[in-house]
Amino acid sequence: MKVVVIGNGMVGYKCCEKLIARSASSPLELVVFGEEPRPAYDRVHLTSWFDGKTANDLLLAPLSWYTDNGIRLHLGDPVMQIDRTHKTVTSYKGITEPYDYLVIATGSAAFVPPVPGMDKKGVFIYRTIEDLEMMKAYAPQASCGAVIGGGLLGLEAAKALLDLGISNTHVIEFSPRLMPRQIDEQGAAILQHKLHQLGLKILTGKNTREVMGNEAVTGLQFADDTILPADIVVVSAGIKPRDELAKACGLATGPRGGIIVNEQLQTSDPFIYAVGECALHNNMIYGLVAPGYEMAEVAISHMCSDHKAFTGFDMSTKLKLIGVDVASFGDPFPAPDTCHSIVFEDKYKGTYKRINITPDGQFLLGGILIGDAAAYNLLLQTARNKMVLPANPEELLLGSRGTADNGAGVTALPDEAMICSCENVSKGTICQAVTDGHETLDDVKKCTKAGTCCGGCTPMVKDLITATMKAQGKYIRNVVCEHFAYSRQEMLDLIKLKSLRSFDEVLDHYGSGEGCEVCKPVVASILASLWNDMILDKGNDTAQDSNDRYLANIQKGGTYSVVPRIPGGEITPEKLIVIGEIATKYNLYTKITGGQRIDLFGAHLSDLPDIWEELIAAGFESGHAYGKALRTVKSCVGSTWCRFGLHDSVSFAIQIEERYRGLRAPHKIKSAVSGCIRECAEAQSKDFGIIATEKGWNLYVCGNGGSKPQHAQLLAADLDSDTCIRYIDRFLMFYIKTADPLTRTATWLNKLDGGMDYLRNVVVNDSLGIAEQLEAAMQLLVDNYKCEWREVVENPELRKRFSHFVNAPADKDPTVKFETMRAQKKAAEWK
Amino acid sequence: MSTTHTTTGTWFFACKTTDVPTNGGVCVKYNDEQIALFFFARRNEWYATQNLCPHRRQMALSRGMTGTVQDEPKVACPFHKKTFSLKDGRCLSDEHECSLTTYPVKIVDDRVYINVAEIPVMAEV
Ligand SMILES: Cc1cc2nc3c(=O)[nH]c(=O)nc-3n(C[C@H](O)[C@H](O)[C@H](O)COP(=O)(O)OP(=O)(O)OC[C@H]3O[C@@H](n4cnc5c(N)ncnc54)[C@H](O)[C@@H]3O)c2cc1C
Ligand code: SF4
Ligand code: FES
Repeated sequence: MKVVVIGNGMVGYKCCEKLIARSASSPLELVVFGEEPRPAYDRVHLTSWFDGKTANDLLLAPLSWYTDNGIRLHLGDPVMQIDRTHKTVTSYKGITEPYDYLVIATGSAAFVPPVPGMDKKGVFIYRTIEDLEMMKAYAPQASCGAVIGGGLLGLEAAKALLDLGISNTHVIEFSPRLMPRQIDEQGAAILQHKLHQLGLKILTGKNTREVMGNEAVTGLQFADDTILPADIVVVSAGIKPRDELAKACGLATGPRGGIIVNEQLQTSDPFIYAVGECALHNNMIYGLVAPGYEMAEVAISHMCSDHKAFTGFDMSTKLKLIGVDVASFGDPFPAPDTCHSIVFEDKYKGTYKRINITPDGQFLLGGILIGDAAAYNLLLQTARNKMVLPANPEELLLGSRGTADNGAGVTALPDEAMICSCENVSKGTICQAVTDGHETLDDVKKCTKAGTCCGGCTPMVKDLITATMKAQGKYIRNVVCEHFAYSRQEMLDLIKLKSLRSFDEVLDHYGSGEGCEVCKPVVASILASLWNDMILDKGNDTAQDSNDRYLANIQKGGTYSVVPRIPGGEITPEKLIVIGEIATKYNLYTKITGGQRIDLFGAHLSDLPDIWEELIAAGFESGHAYGKALRTVKSCVGSTWCRFGLHDSVSFAIQIEERYRGLRAPHKIKSAVSGCIRECAEAQSKDFGIIATEKGWNLYVCGNGGSKPQHAQLLAADLDSDTCIRYIDRFLMFYIKTADPLTRTATWLNKLDGGMDYLRNVVVNDSLGIAEQLEAAMQLLVDNYKCEWREVVENPELRKRFSHFVNAPADKDPTVKFETMRAQKKAAEWK
Repeated sequence: MSTTHTTTGTWFFACKTTDVPTNGGVCVKYNDEQIALFFFARRNEWYATQNLCPHRRQMALSRGMTGTVQDEPKVACPFHKKTFSLKDGRCLSDEHECSLTTYPVKIVDDRVYINVAEIPVMAEV
């Protein structure tokens, strides 16, 4: 069988993939013509080209994939003619190829309204990588942008203009609201308001009459005689199916364009199929990728004598437009008398949710989600699978808070439920993969392809993995280890209830065996978080993680590093000299850390108390670099020196660092304070970060650097210093009380039921009524703070523990070896 | 098949019982050797092993956290948390890792003695 595919876009590519998958059973000759200069790429994520994805990153498959599978791919060579009588096609470069079956997957072109001046310089369309390259080249000379069209693509294009640095960008929509096909008036208003906050200007009800300017565009004139200055314009007013080839060879096309196809995607010539955006099925053009993929599946299986039918496709979509979730599914706005709608709107947060249910309250017909589309997948599945609704359907929108088992929703779905509609993967397939041992998201993606296209179903796939594993009894309870059958949070509550103060007491009350390297540090950390007693007291020393036990970080070779606290990164020259002198005396390697302090490496265990005695005499204190505790509060120089500074970020950073120093938590905590929005202290990468505003401080929480970077999110804005500290007290204590062991704030938030909204409710609105309690718990710790190193230095019994040999305290470990590098020492390489 | 020590070597005095932290370890110097000594206070048991962690050859086991797994006493190396049985020295977290040499310990009054065979003697039973 010889197949020729015209068009190597997303759907054309999918046809190749499907044909190759079936070629094992019957021999296949496959020839593809593509007009664009590169192989098929992910047009859906075109806009990510502006945030750093390269054309190569976007490819659906590398060139080698085509060669490896024996596909003859002609790029940059459009087909010019189809000869149906002889069953051949001829390309621009003059290649003539006969076919048994022909697939037309020519997609669509941007629809450019017939308005004078559209051909001026600076007017672009937004469809291919070449379009983006041209826009990017032109952008530096432009300062005000306009996008004609306020639909899905128009808003994407507006994002592209913002990304190109054109912050003064208008979106112009002909109808009275944005995205008229997907969302209703009320939703559009919320969306418009949100986009406005993000800096995008929107004009609705505007009919463009002329593109002004001589050679290059200078502005737009509207039918109401108003004028908008613009020196770069993107036209995104809709799509026009590319049916020119089909028309020329006499295939049936629709009056408004599109190649007419039947349920098998055959055109009026049974040997020619049309798929994707160029196909007109039942008077519909499908401008989305998922229906296109389904068409590819149906067409190719029909060609291989399998009987499938394309009976239309749900146009549900979920997108992130300039950071705002927008989703529309099923029937977003049925006629009022055929349904009953439940609407939830929060103007303050900018969320709008609407679901339409049948008049008898039994089934979900469709809906709209704006600002927060977390529930999209579940709602879509509920609608698609005609699942009977709960007695209070509003719970679908609001969620039943608190006890809800995260992900329980997916268990109710039938096995046939389509989870990944791009790749056509059902719930049953995913669960089977998990049962077969693919227990991570990556594994499941690899073996089922779910979540590899638009990625929208990923959260649901994750939930399915967890639910399936739970069902197999693999992950039943989040207990600490074999010695304690409780979660960390339960342990904390129990220890507090009984006022237990040592690891042994806790083990006696609630544990079994001798403990281990997992539960000991957990209990030790809980004890420290509750009482802030000296951690080396009461036999708790040996329950500490090794670094905590020696109040220093063990390094290669078995020596330790010493980090004195330098609050806010501010230090006097005199103190710098002391550090230098101590480092010289004890032969320590010195390095500035990422947290604006100085790390001294290579200290022998037995030298630690002497080193600290000298540091303390010079006014230093422990920096807790060894603990799962507050590390540093980084600061920029702020208003005392910086010409942009709004407030004194250094003083506030010092105040905060001194308040929370020594605070022990499930994991380390980092913070920073910036003096203005330029954010030189990188506060948004911290567990809690503070940025000065005209009116006070913005407090961000749950950011993370490290291996999985995550930006902190705004918890509250324009706070005065006292309120800011109170919120931090509450936030930190709530984290300490509820997080699993060794969980940073970012991961904790990601797992927190209800996420940031819930956290904000607890911290800012005191929804649990525990704010006072949290603040009091924090105050107790602040009041109990003592420098651990000072206590060791002053206590001969504790000092004694800092020797390598119990029977030769004066001897150092003779196996410790150093090498030299750049005039300092380094640990000898280990084997 | 299991392995036990024959206690034919020399008993040397390591330290006082009070020198060892409860439920923790210390490092004992014996000529050029370093021996890690552990005290399980809750069950009043003493164990001794080489101080060298075989993983990256670090003198660190005496500073590791002790504990049990299914009642078997163990220590976790502070560097990469590999765990070793204190009964027979085998690595519990990685079957390909080398085992530790273990030494018998005895307590006389408040004095701790460790048995070192001049050439370690092992017998199979
Ligand atoms: C910016 C942007 C964002 C989008 N976002 C989404 C989204 O979030 N979700 C979603 O579902 N969809 C989205 N879409 C739509 C989606 O990209 C299309 O539905 C999909 O690409 C259609 O695939 P296709 O193969 O039919 O057409 P195309 O991908 O356009 O491929 C057609 C190819 O055929 C070539 N061609 C045309 N004529 C000839 C000829 N005579 N000879 C040879 N080759 C020819 C064209 O050059 C083109 O390469 C977006 C589109 C754009 C532009
Ligand atoms: S964040 Fe603002 S105040 Fe601080 S140093 Fe940078 S520019 Fe200056
Ligand atoms: S050195 Fe001991 S576990 Fe790596």
